[in-house]
Amino acid sequence: MGGSAKSRGAERTGVRGARPAAERDSGGAAGLTRKQRLELYYWMRLTRSLEERLVNLYRQTRVVGGLFHSLGQEADAVGSAYALQRGDILSPLIRNLGSMLVKGATPVEILKQYMARGDSPTRGRELNIHFGDTERGFIGQISPLGDMVPVMAGVTLSFKMRGEARVGLVYVGDGATSTGAFHEGINFAAVQRCPLVVVIENNGYAYSTPTVKQSLVKQFADKAIGYGIPGETADGNDVVATYEATKRAVDRARRGEGTSIVELMTFRRKGHAEHDNQSYVPPGELERWAAENDPIDRYVARLSSEGVPTDELQAIDARIQREIDEATDAAEASGVPQPLDALTGIYADPPSERPLWFREGGAAVVQSSERPSSWGTFDAPAKGAD
Amino acid sequence: MPEITYLEAIREALFEEMDRDPNVFMIGEDIGGFGGAFKVTEGLQAKFGDARVIDSPISEIGIVGAAAGAAHMGMRPVVEMQFIDFIANAYDMLTNYVATARYRAFLPTPMVVRGPSGGYVRGGPFHSQNPEAGFIHTPGLKVVYPSTAADAKGLMKAAIRDDDCVLFFEHKYLYRRIKGEMPSGDVVVPIGKARIAREGTDLSIITYAATVYKALEAAEQLEREDGLHVEVLDLRTLAPLDDDAIFATVKKTNRVLIVHEDTRTGGIAGELTARISESCFEWLDAPILRVTAHDVPLPYAPSLEDFVLPQTPDIVLAARRLAAY
Repeated sequence: MGGSAKSRGAERTGVRGARPAAERDSGGAAGLTRKQRLELYYWMRLTRSLEERLVNLYRQTRVVGGLFHSLGQEADAVGSAYALQRGDILSPLIRNLGSMLVKGATPVEILKQYMARGDSPTRGRELNIHFGDTERGFIGQISPLGDMVPVMAGVTLSFKMRGEARVGLVYVGDGATSTGAFHEGINFAAVQRCPLVVVIENNGYAYSTPTVKQSLVKQFADKAIGYGIPGETADGNDVVATYEATKRAVDRARRGEGTSIVELMTFRRKGHAEHDNQSYVPPGELERWAAENDPIDRYVARLSSEGVPTDELQAIDARIQREIDEATDAAEASGVPQPLDALTGIYADPPSERPLWFREGGAAVVQSSERPSSWGTFDAPAKGAD
Repeated sequence: MPEITYLEAIREALFEEMDRDPNVFMIGEDIGGFGGAFKVTEGLQAKFGDARVIDSPISEIGIVGAAAGAAHMGMRPVVEMQFIDFIANAYDMLTNYVATARYRAFLPTPMVVRGPSGGYVRGGPFHSQNPEAGFIHTPGLKVVYPSTAADAKGLMKAAIRDDDCVLFFEHKYLYRRIKGEMPSGDVVVPIGKARIAREGTDLSIITYAATVYKALEAAEQLEREDGLHVEVLDLRTLAPLDDDAIFATVKKTNRVLIVHEDTRTGGIAGELTARISESCFEWLDAPILRVTAHDVPLPYAPSLEDFVLPQTPDIVLAARRLAAY
């Protein structure tokens, strides 16, 4: 342990065009088959198209709460999750829809979550993509950032205690690295040699706060030195580089070599949530990232150069549109939660709480389908927004 | 059966539960070879190994969070707070993460957070606290606070076997002062059930933890000097509260004094008072009175601590006022 952290800020792995063509032709150093490389495309495109659908539904006020968009970060989510196996568990962030899809979350579940349906994965109790399924291998985050690091340290501690060759992966943003939970969780995992990969998605902003106001480290992977664990920085907008860097950390963890940090460099091209107009981003930055460093455009160019015909990708796109249309219909057909369900399942025992006397009979007295105007919608932006 | 201390009773429960269920493990600061600051976990690591009795970094967020993650995967962690005062460091993890996990994500989180609590020990502001009220307010957590050795053992077994998170407050003043005979066999004291510590007909004192003994002392004095028959109800579990037992004693004696060592404002006495007045107003012959700590951080000097915390003469005074009402 100790001293093995390597940060490669200037010399990020897998930058576009850096790999010799001969390597790429056979699936490259990543060792991915043609089928797998097309899967990466499918998951990234599904993420983007599903979020585009959600934006439309949001604008039609068919999404109950806020909307969180991972535009431009699809590669870091998909590539890192793709490095895991069945049986491994990850804990996503709000911009890791792609990671959850790779682990088996379905579009209809996502849509029902956003629409707060009674048969959504959380039965209308939690927002957006805050849900999980330990069988499929993802545990939903909570809003206080950094909290999932200690939790995933415990998940992976259980793998180690039971002698299971399973790995955990937890995502944090640049902002969460400032929290106490991040520090305590990663230090605990390091000391216990937990098979945990901590992926730091450095997307430039935590809500409106730029990275330079979070930390003075040049690269967040440098923090690994302080925990005596390996750290690596990779290009998060290159899905293959992301996959490769994460895979190295996952393999180390599976071999019993403990915890690692993988920092993925990317850029948040949308606001914190859909209501946020990003007035704090310097002019031209959003356009520059869209034009020069879009992860899907880059990957399409790479696949084309590797000989994947355009119509094959178009067929995938068409399949995705069909899937999303079907999922939207199914989500819209499902009902709202029954009010009394709000009182069940706080504990295993007792299984439910009694309604208070003024609610006995259980009839809903609030009109739950109305969206409070104070929430700040697309149609009524918060004061000061342009 | 020989008598053992409250502390030994807790330790026995930990040994027996680790023997019974391989998923039970311990995690905490200095709990392994050292046996913990109060030696509650002494001998556990020697028997069960350092993989099941884990010496952790100083990291309350880390170990409570890790316990939650392991619990999701089917383990049954028991976390020690070296002093329960430090549970405040893990407040977010317990209230935002652990308490909501079953409700929002259908994730079982069977875990126990235990630790030495309470004053009367000259521990000063950070080794004497009773922070139970903050957690009772959080749906999704259970809170127990035993006063006898047998209850300490039986409730620890119940807490470890419970499918949700149980906060287990151990009163450090009672650790070595209180002894009791253990029932033979594997006896589990159910969570959510109060206990009548002393039968009476004239007045009820509702209390828990160390002040149970102050209440019993006061009751003896009141019987001797005033001829009053005082009932003492030991809550044992603070969340969920045993409404049936509380209302039954109120309806029996019609006069209620609530005693707790925690500070006054926002303490459990307020909640009990509200429940009693909502459900038993017609049975009350006098206003409900409280004897609690003063609303100050707990000071160190004996003369200060004794003034701030409830004492037996305070309980006698309040009971006499109630009886005379």
